[in-house]
Amino acid sequence: MAETAIEAKGLIKKYGDLVAVAGIDLEVHGGEIFGFLGPNGAGKSTTISMLCTLLTPTAGIARVAGIDVMHDPAAVRQRIGLVFQDPSLDDQLTARENLEFHAFIYSVPAPDRRRRIGEMLEMMQLTDRASSQVKTFSGGMKRRLEIARGMLHQPQILFLDEPTLGLDPQTRKSIWTHLNELRSKKGVTIFMTTHYMDEAEYCNRIAIIDQGQIAALGTPDELKAMVGGDVVTITSDQPEQAASEIKQMLGVTPSRDDGTLRMEVADGKAFVPRLVRELSAPVDTVTLRRPSLDDVFLKLTGRAIRDEEVSAKDRNRAMASRWMSRRR
Amino acid sequence: MSVETASKPIVSVPAAPVDTRSASLRAVYIIWYRDILRYWRDRWRLVASLAQPLLFLLVFGSGLSSSLGSAFGRGTGISYIQFMYPGIIGMSILFSAIFGAMSIVWDREFGFLKEVLVAPIDRWAVAIGKALGGTTQAMIQGLILLVLAPFVGVKLNLLTVMELVPLAAVLAFGLASFGVALASMMKSLQGFQVVMNFLMMPMFFLSGALFPLTNLPGWMTWLTRADPASYGIDPIRRVVLANSGLPHVDSLGLTINGQVLPIPLEAAIMLGFGAILLGVAVVMFQRRD
Repeated sequence: MAETAIEAKGLIKKYGDLVAVAGIDLEVHGGEIFGFLGPNGAGKSTTISMLCTLLTPTAGIARVAGIDVMHDPAAVRQRIGLVFQDPSLDDQLTARENLEFHAFIYSVPAPDRRRRIGEMLEMMQLTDRASSQVKTFSGGMKRRLEIARGMLHQPQILFLDEPTLGLDPQTRKSIWTHLNELRSKKGVTIFMTTHYMDEAEYCNRIAIIDQGQIAALGTPDELKAMVGGDVVTITSDQPEQAASEIKQMLGVTPSRDDGTLRMEVADGKAFVPRLVRELSAPVDTVTLRRPSLDDVFLKLTGRAIRDEEVSAKDRNRAMASRWMSRRR
Repeated sequence: MSVETASKPIVSVPAAPVDTRSASLRAVYIIWYRDILRYWRDRWRLVASLAQPLLFLLVFGSGLSSSLGSAFGRGTGISYIQFMYPGIIGMSILFSAIFGAMSIVWDREFGFLKEVLVAPIDRWAVAIGKALGGTTQAMIQGLILLVLAPFVGVKLNLLTVMELVPLAAVLAFGLASFGVALASMMKSLQGFQVVMNFLMMPMFFLSGALFPLTNLPGWMTWLTRADPASYGIDPIRRVVLANSGLPHVDSLGLTINGQVLPIPLEAAIMLGFGAILLGVAVVMFQRRD
């Protein structure tokens, strides 16, 4: 891998007594897709904001593209592209006009402007809508336009804060296709936050962040290996009896969530027949699967990232943005 | 893929010079240009913003003109509607300048301001770009009203227009800077109504747009002289009416201690007001939030 793109040491952000980020160390290699994964309020956005020079750290150091974020924020900003969590386009202007505005304030040399704008529109498949006002765009198109805009001044690193938040699964997938294409064609390093576990699988490496600290860091496979083998879940009418039997006879301590028992075992294929044979408590269903990043998160934090809460929040957000655009 | 972290320490690249000064000048231009583009695109706003001045002139102006009759002009031969007409041009400039500049608050609300504030440019560029955008829009809004001159019995000639353009620019600049300064202190749209009712309307009423600023009660004389818009609207009226063959307009104008102020001095006061408030706005924007 190429040289280090981002380096943070002991990064802390406090708001009075509230500790939003409690000491983060990380190193992102040039050219990789690095995912910052965690539930809402874990400190993802605060960390990304410090790396992008939008927030001043309370303590610690961070270097982005080799430049200290405290020492020369303007130089950092010239070398990074940003896609914010909330929309930041002028929807009265056309796609091309939004890009032209960006090219101007980021000092893209005049002879390159047209060419780069054309190229980015092409890559993000927006060429045929270049002259439409942004207010006519769908959520996914707006996101693609923001990614195009973030790349216009040829940054070394592209930061994306929850780029797929509130988008439908199909659109999320297409955003990922575009990000992968950007990385392979432009060699840009991508640093992104997400709370969608399934998306983290697309990343080369992931840091799982919880309560302002990094709980684990590695490739998706490495993290999954932390779970140790396979995940077996059973549902039962008498979960307590089942749990104690499993503990006594099979030597595994399951975790319980209502009628569902969940356990991590080294060899799932051999474990399931034994389980069914030995258990006298009634078992309704048995599932065996490879560990997912959800399991990793659960193991590290003792909590699941609750998808229901997340989607309720997304709905609110989507509603709020619809309301805003109507008012405009 | 292995995760051996390249333990090579990062060499701090000596911060390659980012030429923020010329980037900021370009930013002033593009921020101004965006405002003009949006203004031009929003034709309905252009039409709608002509409705209010027309209503004032046709209904308010005609009504008062016929009820006051020749009693209004105190022997100057100026009818009320003629007196009011330059005031309405001033009103149009006042509202468009402040509203135009305050679109920053909308940009903040809808996220676009973030795109501007994170760019590697100096913050003063944002304040100045917005002030110039508001100035240009307001000038156009005010000068468009010159087409109504024949209907109110005011004769225009090239000289009048040439003198009016800089005076309209000065008034627009002063008030647009005022708008940017206000916007820099507002974090949401909530304070907007307050600004409208407690700052813009009083500024308009006290500016001499609707009635002569002479022979007023003492407290009101004081307030009208404290209103910066007075120093922008008075010269516009004097130029429009004097060039239209109504030379005694000065006796209905702005005086301090009974003295009529020279037009260049009035323009300088307006310009100074604008410069100070633009300075305030720049300082406010440079505070990192």
